[in-house]
Amino acid sequence: MGTTARKGKAGLILRILATTAVFAIALTFVAPLVWMVSASFKLPGDIFEFPVRWIPKTFRWQNYGIVWNFLPEAPRDYRFALAYFNSAKVTAINVFGSVLTSCLAGYAFAKLRFKGRDFLFLLYLSAMMIPQEVVLIPKFILFDRLGLIGTHWPIILPYLVTPTGTFLMRQYFLQIPDSLRESAKMDGAREFTIWRKIMLPLAMPAVASLGVLTFMWNWNNFLEPLVFLTRSRTYTIPVALAGFIDENLSDYSIIMAASVSALLPMVLVFLAGQKYFIKGLTAGAVKG
Amino acid sequence: MEATVPRRKSPRDDSVAGYAFIAPNLLIFAAFTLLPFVFTVATSFTDWDYTQGFGAIRFNGGHNYLEIWKDKWFLDSLKNTVFYVAGTVPVTIGIAVVLATVIDRAVAGKDLAKLLLFIPYISNIVAVSIVWTVLLAPSGPLAKAALAVGFRMPVWLADPHWVMTAIVAMSVWLGVGYAVMIYSAALGGIPEELYESGDIDGAGPFQKFFCITLPMLSHTTFFLTVTLIVAGFKVFGQIFTMTQGGPASSSHVLVYYIYTAAFRFFRMGYASTISVVLFAFLLGVTVLQWRGQRKRED
Repeated sequence: MGTTARKGKAGLILRILATTAVFAIALTFVAPLVWMVSASFKLPGDIFEFPVRWIPKTFRWQNYGIVWNFLPEAPRDYRFALAYFNSAKVTAINVFGSVLTSCLAGYAFAKLRFKGRDFLFLLYLSAMMIPQEVVLIPKFILFDRLGLIGTHWPIILPYLVTPTGTFLMRQYFLQIPDSLRESAKMDGAREFTIWRKIMLPLAMPAVASLGVLTFMWNWNNFLEPLVFLTRSRTYTIPVALAGFIDENLSDYSIIMAASVSALLPMVLVFLAGQKYFIKGLTAGAVKG
Repeated sequence: MEATVPRRKSPRDDSVAGYAFIAPNLLIFAAFTLLPFVFTVATSFTDWDYTQGFGAIRFNGGHNYLEIWKDKWFLDSLKNTVFYVAGTVPVTIGIAVVLATVIDRAVAGKDLAKLLLFIPYISNIVAVSIVWTVLLAPSGPLAKAALAVGFRMPVWLADPHWVMTAIVAMSVWLGVGYAVMIYSAALGGIPEELYESGDIDGAGPFQKFFCITLPMLSHTTFFLTVTLIVAGFKVFGQIFTMTQGGPASSSHVLVYYIYTAAFRFFRMGYASTISVVLFAFLLGVTVLQWRGQRKRED
């Protein structure tokens, strides 16, 4: 980083102070999550112990067994495994679908010339303002008429396209020189082949960024699954967790075990794709 | 741009490929965002009760748009949403810019610190909301800690005067990591010479922060302000999980009202009107953003 060049004794002391302060604050910020993990292993009666015992006195692994229904004392099957599967299925389809449509349209907007291109792109830019919250009601009515309420379609179909992703991919393709496309064109390559064999491989960093972003959006999506998924069989994790909390308000330790289970996959995906994730989030900020 | 009329020697037109590449994207987008949006606006001028079926759609002019201003639940939702935005945006940005600057000066563990701050942002909203519900409970660890130092906390989520403050505090916790991440990226782009000439002029750390760092980050601050305002108007998950809009209407927000009006009471017309109002606010923010950007480019 740029600042390492600065020297001097006062500067060093300042920087050691800064480091200490940063860690004190960062630890305070994760404390609620650490508390959650710790509580998820406690006996229900130990959760409200004070001062907080960060390492449980007795580890109650059964909390997870109850949530996941592999212990006989589980009062009933909360179908958490099924919710995991549903979330994974919907997220996988939507990540693949929206990355694909974004790469296709982003490429066309950046590199191809056709009538109405700029108008259509402007349409996309302005439509980025229409949040899903505002079109929730007509979507509900549409899917209800189609008999699709209670299936996964209402949280898949609209999410196969993201204007933000289309915009992100267009910006990336703009940076790739036209000459690559033109020389392939001379050799008689078809447009789809150029896109698939030349352009897409070059755009992989942007694809990865968009991939982890769409993973997060879909994995954590809550409002629409809450409205559209009316059968417990189809619940995704956030909805399953909300239902689970409603049913178990008396036992916070298993609620915490369910919560830890719910956010673990996202944390793992983030750790794995950290670099791309941050690139994706900052792409809009730097360009403005 | 010169999109429509190719001016090169060999006229180039990629229409077939162009439309084919865009078609899947455009069709889905039109079907599930553009057309529904038109429908929302149209429905907002009706008093449609969904349980009565399609025969019950009756236009009532702009009646809903007058009605909302007499509706206590709508007014409270609007007030609470504005309170939420006015609370979360400056506090999140204020904490984040200081933290990002301090992290940038740290000797070691910059990435780890940013990572720890960031985890709440990527976490499932229902999971973190329930954690905060327990933390803020009257028998929870925060209340006990406060009591241990001789201070009685409000019953945050059950107290109409404090509930939105608690939601704002929790949401700042959620968003600070994101803002720090964005600021950190921007800090890397500030030329080191600026700080060196600051050193030569004998500027202290605070002077450098206010006279160099903050002005150089103004673009990022602008971006974050817009992004956080837009996100703030759409707040829902925390409210749904932690308070269900209560006690009474004291933490009702716009999206939560849309949700209950449409999907508990099936008042599709009225709920659409609130959706259009929500959109109008977001549109206003975007117009201000465009203006601001143009000013910057001049």
